[in-house]
Amino acid sequence: MSPVPRIILQRLALGVLTLLAVSILIFAAVNALPGDFAQAILGQSATPEAVEAIRNDLGLNEPALIRYLDWLFGILSGDFGTSYSQIKFVEFSGESAAQGGIANVYDQLVPKFKNTTYLAFVTACIAVPLALSLGILAALYRNSAYDRAVNIATLSSISSPEFFLAYILVLYLSVLGGFFDPVSNINAEMTGWERLTATMLPALTLTLVVTAHMMRMTRAAIINLLASPYIEMARLKGISPMRVIVHHALPNALAPIINVIALNLAYLITGVVVIEVVFVYPGIGLTFVDAVKNRDIPVVQACCLIFAAAYVLLNLTADILSIITNPRLRYPK
Amino acid sequence: MNLLLVIEIFVAAGVSALLVRNAMTTNWRDAGTGTYVGFGMAGLLLLAVIHYYFKTKYFPVNPDMPEGSFFRWALQGLVIFGISGWFFREFGKAVGTEGSRRLFRSMPVTASFGVLTILAYAFVALFAGPIPLSMVVLVAVIGALISGVTLNVSGVTAMRIGYGITVVLTATCLVMYFCGGLAPYGEAEILPRANLLPGGNAATGGDPAHLLGTDQIGRDILSRLIYGARNTVGIAFITTCLAFLIGGTFGFLAATLGGWTDQVCSRIVDALMAIPQLIFALLLMTIATAWAGSNGALITLYMILIIAVLDSTRVYRLSRAVGLNIVVMDYIEAARLRGENLIYLIFREILPNATAPLLAEFGLRFCFVFLTIAALSFLGIGIQPPRADWGTMVRDLGQFINFARSSPLTAALPLMCAGAIALLTVAVNFVVDWMLHQSSGLKG
Repeated sequence: MSPVPRIILQRLALGVLTLLAVSILIFAAVNALPGDFAQAILGQSATPEAVEAIRNDLGLNEPALIRYLDWLFGILSGDFGTSYSQIKFVEFSGESAAQGGIANVYDQLVPKFKNTTYLAFVTACIAVPLALSLGILAALYRNSAYDRAVNIATLSSISSPEFFLAYILVLYLSVLGGFFDPVSNINAEMTGWERLTATMLPALTLTLVVTAHMMRMTRAAIINLLASPYIEMARLKGISPMRVIVHHALPNALAPIINVIALNLAYLITGVVVIEVVFVYPGIGLTFVDAVKNRDIPVVQACCLIFAAAYVLLNLTADILSIITNPRLRYPK
Repeated sequence: MNLLLVIEIFVAAGVSALLVRNAMTTNWRDAGTGTYVGFGMAGLLLLAVIHYYFKTKYFPVNPDMPEGSFFRWALQGLVIFGISGWFFREFGKAVGTEGSRRLFRSMPVTASFGVLTILAYAFVALFAGPIPLSMVVLVAVIGALISGVTLNVSGVTAMRIGYGITVVLTATCLVMYFCGGLAPYGEAEILPRANLLPGGNAATGGDPAHLLGTDQIGRDILSRLIYGARNTVGIAFITTCLAFLIGGTFGFLAATLGGWTDQVCSRIVDALMAIPQLIFALLLMTIATAWAGSNGALITLYMILIIAVLDSTRVYRLSRAVGLNIVVMDYIEAARLRGENLIYLIFREILPNATAPLLAEFGLRFCFVFLTIAALSFLGIGIQPPRADWGTMVRDLGQFINFARSSPLTAALPLMCAGAIALLTVAVNFVVDWMLHQSSGLKG
């Protein structure tokens, strides 16, 4: 077997193993909850029979191992369980099922997931070209006033909390500028353009956060290479500095840069939670935070697993891409 | 008013002079097109900024609708920060021992601004509320004891510096003891008048006694902002220390013992790191809130523990990597052959040689923890009321941003709280950036 497919298979297997470990971790954490959900929804005055009935209905009486396996195989077949906050307990509690929510976690999460992916996609489309060109420029004019100004700006942007950047953008682009709506109302009837403008503010905020990271890494990766002899050679030939960087340094810096891009997209996942809450953007992050507040365990579990899977997957992609672009990594010593 | 104008013109001229000086020292003969374009754009940008600043301030289109006030505040803040950083550096260059003066000479303005900001935050955090007299005595006694001990360890100069610092600290504490706290009101004190506008102008719905106004239930916002320094920064600091205690201990143990200890610890850490930190923290906070019920203090305590454990994974990685490099040294071998025990090995042989990277990491970790706590509080699952904290305040005051057109100061309130968080992390990052630059030997 040639090395590349073998390495990819190896990494994939490792990724699956990691996900399995993560699922165990999530399940164990959630099951450390005191009491259980049946007690919590019915309150103190619930009769033991009612509690018992709900426990039976939700399968809370089974041993932990069985429940874990149920949950795991359910996920594999696309069944993430039933949302506690939307479930209808008509026959137990006597309340009317007034809320018309979607009880199935899977159906509930799919549109949210699409929204979040769209947001990440828009962000990546803006951030990646911007970060690369800014990074190359900073490497080209390193130690100049431009480089220092960019350094200060990116450091500040990295270290600010996401909601600070978000509110500044709201202030200028929404309240004072009036370009965008401060709240992202996304619904199915929107045209592509409306949807894009509604997504713009969260996307721009995320861009600010991610671009700074990527730019600094790009600059560092290129500057690292500039000390190598072949760059010196190219420079002595009399090539312009821009050409040296774009034609000679960049191809070799590609591996670390791809890595950084993938890692930053993984970073987007964490950033997305806060940003979605600020802009009330109907994505996975907002759903997750709401579920955390309502203690809607199946939704929390599912969101957590989705985030972790995306995180592991992006890290995996970064790993594989850097091996493909850098032949030296294919043959471990 | 005229004095202000003179200062503004002075600053504008100074910044322009900096640009011109930069242009003078550039080697124009070898410069590419990019350099010309860059200088052209910088000049234009500078002109535009100065023009916009003076136009909106002295010749507003509509005097009732304050235009560009956020821009002016940001610019003024930037200039004040730059100048204060510069003065602090000059001060450090002139005062102090030879070593500290050399340190200040090597500092860029950003780093000296960072140090100054961290000191300012520490001051506000310590003296937010009134301090007891026992604390003053405690500072004096402990300072004197430590200074006395340094005489035997590091000599007379160190002892003198120690006594100097002790005297300054004790004097500060004593002054602050008689002044009472910095905050005019208590953090949870509910005052009779709610929803007062900031600015302290009675004609526009404010009150001179509440410079930043009061919130929806009548708590003084300025006091809460000041107490927020104590709560947010203090809790983040404690959490980071805890994370270093856990991560450092296990990291060094894994490095020294190797074998099974190392494998078990490392695999656990790998599993913990496979879930994004904020997501995992949120998951665990769900469980913690279920345990704690409605007990706010308990939730805060759980949050400290959860974030400390999650963050200690990064510390573990670093201290294990640093420890592994040290463990293979000959002097460790020698100490082992002498029959020294594990505790001696870790504390007397490994730790002193690992301080520099760990210290830089402490700064970065602190920023991370600080931002995580702020994010959690912002989401409503972190530090619990009635404790004042900046993340929660941003969330509570966030809606005020919609008043930016009619009352800019009101809209600035959430930005102030968020900015207070950003300022500290930026300051710490500036200092760490400079430290890493120093220790890596990169000089250009």
